Amino acid sequence: MKITFTINGKPATVDVDGHTPLLWVVRDMLNLKGTKFGCGKAACGACTLHVDGEAVRSCSYPVKYAEGKRVTTIEGLSEGDQLHPVQQAWEEEVVPQCGYCQPGFMMATAAMLEKIPNPTDDDIDKNIVNICRCATYYRMRKAIHKAAKIKAANG
Amino acid sequence: MSRNNKPKSKSRRKFLIRGGLGTIGLLALGTYVFRNSIRRSMYELGETMVVPYSGTGTEANLWFEMTKDNKVILHSPKVEMGQGTFTGFAQIVADELDVDIKQIIVKAAETATGIVDGMSTGGSLSVAQLFQPLREMAATMREKIKQEGAKKMGVDAAFIKTADGVLSAGGKTMKYAEAVADVSDWSLPDTPELRPVSSYKFVGKPVKRIDLRAKIVGEPIFGLDAEMPNMLHAAVIRPEHVGSSLKSADTSAAEKMPGVVKIIEKDGWIGVVANSFPEALAAKNKIKVDWDIPKTWTEESLREYLKIGEGAKMITQKEGSELDPDDGDVISLEFTSPIGAHAQIEPNGAVASVKDGEVTVILSTQVIGVTQNQVAEALGIDKGKVNIIGTYLGGGFGRRLNTDHAVHAALMSQEVGKPVKYIFTRKEEFQNDAFRPPTHHIVKGKLNGQGQLDSLEHHYASGDVAMNSVIFPSAMNSMMGSDVGAMRGGNIMYNKIPNHRAVQWHKTLPFATSFWRSLGLLANTFAIESFVDEMAMKAGKSPVDFRLAMLGDEEHQNRIRKVIEEAAAKSNYSDKASGNRAMGFAASVDAGAPCAQVVEVSVVDNQIKVEKVTCVFDCGLAVNPDQVIAQCEGSIIMGISASLHEKMTLKDGRLFPIIYGPYDMALMKNSPKEIDVHLIQGVDIPLPVGEPPLGPIGAAIGNAVRRITGKRLTDLPMVLG
Repeated sequence: MKITFTINGKPATVDVDGHTPLLWVVRDMLNLKGTKFGCGKAACGACTLHVDGEAVRSCSYPVKYAEGKRVTTIEGLSEGDQLHPVQQAWEEEVVPQCGYCQPGFMMATAAMLEKIPNPTDDDIDKNIVNICRCATYYRMRKAIHKAAKIKAANG
Repeated sequence: MSRNNKPKSKSRRKFLIRGGLGTIGLLALGTYVFRNSIRRSMYELGETMVVPYSGTGTEANLWFEMTKDNKVILHSPKVEMGQGTFTGFAQIVADELDVDIKQIIVKAAETATGIVDGMSTGGSLSVAQLFQPLREMAATMREKIKQEGAKKMGVDAAFIKTADGVLSAGGKTMKYAEAVADVSDWSLPDTPELRPVSSYKFVGKPVKRIDLRAKIVGEPIFGLDAEMPNMLHAAVIRPEHVGSSLKSADTSAAEKMPGVVKIIEKDGWIGVVANSFPEALAAKNKIKVDWDIPKTWTEESLREYLKIGEGAKMITQKEGSELDPDDGDVISLEFTSPIGAHAQIEPNGAVASVKDGEVTVILSTQVIGVTQNQVAEALGIDKGKVNIIGTYLGGGFGRRLNTDHAVHAALMSQEVGKPVKYIFTRKEEFQNDAFRPPTHHIVKGKLNGQGQLDSLEHHYASGDVAMNSVIFPSAMNSMMGSDVGAMRGGNIMYNKIPNHRAVQWHKTLPFATSFWRSLGLLANTFAIESFVDEMAMKAGKSPVDFRLAMLGDEEHQNRIRKVIEEAAAKSNYSDKASGNRAMGFAASVDAGAPCAQVVEVSVVDNQIKVEKVTCVFDCGLAVNPDQVIAQCEGSIIMGISASLHEKMTLKDGRLFPIIYGPYDMALMKNSPKEIDVHLIQGVDIPLPVGEPPLGPIGAAIGNAVRRITGKRLTDLPMVLG
C-alpha cells in the first residue's frame, strides 16, 4: 500500500506492506541510518523517533499508522548546523561511548523536554527507560539537566 | 603520501612491534622441567605487563596517508568500540607529527591495506599497546616530511620547524601535503628521539572525542549501517537448544512468502535471502525445523557439571602452605556467578559481496584478521582476495571476537550472486552469544592471634574464557595450563599473607563461553573481596586497615596501597551502617592497574540501590583523562548491572531470556547519581583502562549490604529477601 507522511519536514511516499515496521522504512527505504535496530520488540529504545512529536519505538510501529503524520529522526532533530539543545548538551558532556544507542536516547529526551521542560531526577528515571550497554547513564543524566537549561535559555 | 608506495627494504624498521606471544613461548618451552612454577611466573607477568602489539604492516607509511587538504589519515589496526581509542591515537599522533588534532582522521584499516592486527581489539589494550609504536611512527613520518620539504624548499632539513602541519624555514612555509606530494621514494629515515611526554599538547589532556559529532548527529558509521549496491537482506535460523543440530527442515511455506529470493540450507543453519529484512524475517518464521537434541541441559545439570573439584585443575598461585581441611579454625564461604550475556545494543551482522573470486565483507568485528581467515577458508578463496572492512562497533565487550556471521553472509552472497546483508535478531543474540561463563568459588581463610589473615585460598571453577577462543591458538592453551582469562583477578593480591594460593578448575561448557568485559575479574573479585571483608568483620577491624596490613613493600603493592588509602580518604569511608544506608569497600588489580571503590548503598523494601560510588584508579599515564573517567563510570554501572540484575538461565535445554527486560539490566533509575573518580598515575606508561574498574564494584555492594542487613550475599546477581 502507498503511505504518505513527512520525514524531517519533507514529504515522503512509500509503497510497502502497511505492517512493515516504520524503522525499516526509515532505514532501508528512506536511507536514514541514524535510527537504530536493537531488539525489534520495543524493549531497548534504540529505534526511538518522533511521530507528531511523540517518542515512538519504531521497530514495533507499523508504517501504516504514520499516514499523514510528521516523522522526525535524529537527522532532523537539529536545524541545519544548529544542534538541538539535547545534542548540544550531549556534546558538552561528552556522553557517547560506542554511540549506537545514543540517537534513541536523544530522541526520547527531546520528546520528554517538550512535556517536562525542567525534569527532576525522578522524572528522568521514569521517562528515560532506554538501554545503553556502555552504561553512559551518569553523563546522560547530567546532559539531560543541561539540555533543559539550554532549551530554557533559548526561549 | 600513498599507502600503495611500498617502502624499500633497506628502510625497514621494526619499532616496538614484535610477537609478544613468541617471547613467552620460548620461555615456557625451553624449561619444561619446572613447568608449573614457570607457568605461575608467566601468570604474574601477564597480570602486570602490557602485551605488546603484534600485527602485520609495521611501516609508518602504511599507517599514515596525507590528503590534499593537509589532513592525515591514520589507518588503525584497532577498531573503535566505544572506549575513545581513536581519540587517544589522534592525540598521540598529533603530538609527534606536529599537526593539530583537527587535522587527524582515524579510520579502521581494511585487511587489503596490509595492516592486520595480530590478535584483536580487546583487553582494553589498544592505547596501551600502540602508545610507543605510534609515537615512533609519527616521529619518523615527521622526519620524512621534513626531508622531502627540505628538498622542495631548498633548505637544510635541520633548519626546518614544524607546527600544525606546516613546515617553515628561512621565511618560507610549506604544508605537509605539498612536501610529500608525488614522493616516490618511501625509504624512511631513522626514528628521531621522541619528545618528552611532558611537552605534549594533546596527550594527557581531556581532548573531546574525535567521533563525538558523528555520534551525536547519527552518522551511518556502524556495521549495520553499511550497504552495497543491489544488496539483498537475510535472516538465518540457528539452533535454539544447547548442543543441538539441524536434522531437517520444511521450507515450502517460506518459499512462497513475498520478497523471498532464495532459501539456502547449509551445514547447521538455514539462510533466508529476501528483498528486505522484514520479508526475510517473516519467511524465516514459516520454516519448520526438526532438531537433534542429544541432551536437555538445565540449570541444575550445568551446576553439577561445573564445580570445584571437576575438570582440569591448575594451581595458579602458590605461596606458603596449604590449609589443613581438618583445621577447625578455617572459615570458608562459597560464591557463584551466573551466565552473562554481552547484550551489546548493535546486533551482530555483516554485509558481504562475493564476485569474480573476490570477497568484501563490512562488519563490526574485534578480530579483523580472524574474520578474514575464516571467510577465506569457508569459501576456499585465497586470503589476499578477501577484504574485511571493520566499522565502528555498536558495542564490543568481547562479543565481536566471534564473527561466523561474516562467513554466513559471504556464503549467501555467493549463492545469490549479489551482496547480502545479514542481521541477527535479538533472540539469536541471546541464544547464540559466546557468554560470560558461570563460575563457582570457594574462598577459605584463617586468622592468626592478632586478627590478621594467616592463610587465604581462592578455589574457582569456570568455563572457557581464553581457552578455545579464536585469538588463543590451541598450543597456547596447553602451554599455559590454565584459562588465563578465567584467571583474571583470581589470584590473591595481598602479598603479605604468609600462606596464599589460587586454584583453578576448568571445563569447556556445552554452549560457547568466551571473553566478556573484564573476563574473570568481576566474579573472582566478588568472591575474594567479599570474603576478605567478612574476615575483617570477624577480626573486628576496619576493612581498610585490615587490607592495608596485608600488603607487602614491593612497588606494585605500594600502588595498591595508594588506591586503597585514597579511596578511604576521598569517600570519608566509615564501616558503620546508618539506618538503611552503609558504605562498602573493595579493591582489585587487573592488568597492572589497581582500583579501589567505595559504594554508598541503601536498602528499601529489600531493594538494593547504589547511591554513590567513589573510585580511585591507578591507570598509569592517562592519555585522555576525561575518557579514562568515562571508562570508570561505564565500568561501574555495567558492574552494578552484572552484580544486581543480569542472569541467563538454562531451562529445558535452552538459554533464557531472549529479550531485554526479562534480561534485566541496569537502567537510568538504577545508576548512581554520584560517581566520583580520582585518577592516579603510578607508572609513566598508559595501562588498560576499560576493564580494571569493573573489579571491585560487586564486592563493594555486597560488603555494604552486609553492614545494613547482616546478610552476606554470595551469589550474583545479589538479591535480598
